[in-house]
Amino acid sequence: MKFFFSSGHGACPGCSLPIAVKNVLYALEGKCFVVNPTGCLEIISSQYDRSAWGVPYIHSVFENAAAVAAGIDAALKALGRKDEGHVVVFAGDGATADIGIGCLSGMFDRNHDVLYICLDNEAYQNTGNQQSGLTPPGSNTTTTPAGKILPGKIGRKKDMVAFALAHKIPYVATASVAYPTDIRRKVKRAVEFEGAKYIQILCPCVTGWGINSNETIKVAKLAVETALYPIVEYENGELVRVRKIKERKPVEEYLKIQRRFRHLFKHPKGKEIIEELQRIADENAKRFGLDE
Amino acid sequence: MKITLGAVSKPYSALKMKTGDWGTHWPKVDEELCTGCGTCEMFCPDMCIEVVKVGEEEVNGKIKEIKKVKVNYDYCKGCGLCAEVCPTNAIKMELKDIYKV
Repeated sequence: MKFFFSSGHGACPGCSLPIAVKNVLYALEGKCFVVNPTGCLEIISSQYDRSAWGVPYIHSVFENAAAVAAGIDAALKALGRKDEGHVVVFAGDGATADIGIGCLSGMFDRNHDVLYICLDNEAYQNTGNQQSGLTPPGSNTTTTPAGKILPGKIGRKKDMVAFALAHKIPYVATASVAYPTDIRRKVKRAVEFEGAKYIQILCPCVTGWGINSNETIKVAKLAVETALYPIVEYENGELVRVRKIKERKPVEEYLKIQRRFRHLFKHPKGKEIIEELQRIADENAKRFGLDE
Repeated sequence: MKITLGAVSKPYSALKMKTGDWGTHWPKVDEELCTGCGTCEMFCPDMCIEVVKVGEEEVNGKIKEIKKVKVNYDYCKGCGLCAEVCPTNAIKMELKDIYKV
């Protein structure tokens, strides 16, 4: 039980959530208390009498994972048991950016010693692909279906990194499941800081994104290589490290292998959306200096 | 205080659920090509790949461990990620016998 997360969980074949979770727990050597709001991860790992966890685990409701984690942190402080482990939240993007954003803001504001990890699969994939605040523009979901008039989601992906930075918390970073060693290093670095920490990990979803089960890592890598998902690291509000891209690829390469973006190549407004996504990628590359 | 009532699950009780029959393919490791680097172990979403020591060899007077990959077919869902990430292409996905027509 090297990874503190066992086989036999109910994730789809090729799901990237267990990859992110096992590498985080491995980096922390299992010394943590896990809080998990409702979402895919809860469904797959904590069915009754079928727990995949090897660490203390609590499931909270959708909106209050950050508040529960803050409570655990306060209790550990009051009891003098801070050395027993770190408090870690594994939340989905819906629980982070939409439903739980109030409690999250409160936890950041009080600066509790909590590592908050957002597993970003860019929609509510547990209930079957409904759009969330972190869904990128143009994505075909059941609540923003691509039809004759609309080409999928209108609007932009919420910038949760800027949201976390605005609270002046000590450590903010993004990562991708395509680079597990990077996840391990970032988690180890994050727990060195006292206070609230935020890491956002891109986790492609096999069923929601419409990809093959063996393409999860390829897609996660392409999102980084097209600069649509910049890998950045902030310490005390300063940008300290970015993952440079050797040869930046056009966004079409990332879009065409996913079913949720397939309509963009024949929809009358599809070209506009692709151009907008390319503009977002160019903006990211310029803002963070991603090109080598 | 000991809590045993309510929805308390024991750690790793998910091991009861054998997910090995979910997939149609399973990975076969070519022992000659496998270098035991552990990349597949790091990526496997079902924690069913393990790098094990199979022996020792002497290289330039130093004793070096030989490591190979072992797959636990009880839980492998056959997603094929290990074959995709393997740097030496030592893993091939093969159709299970019961699905061969």
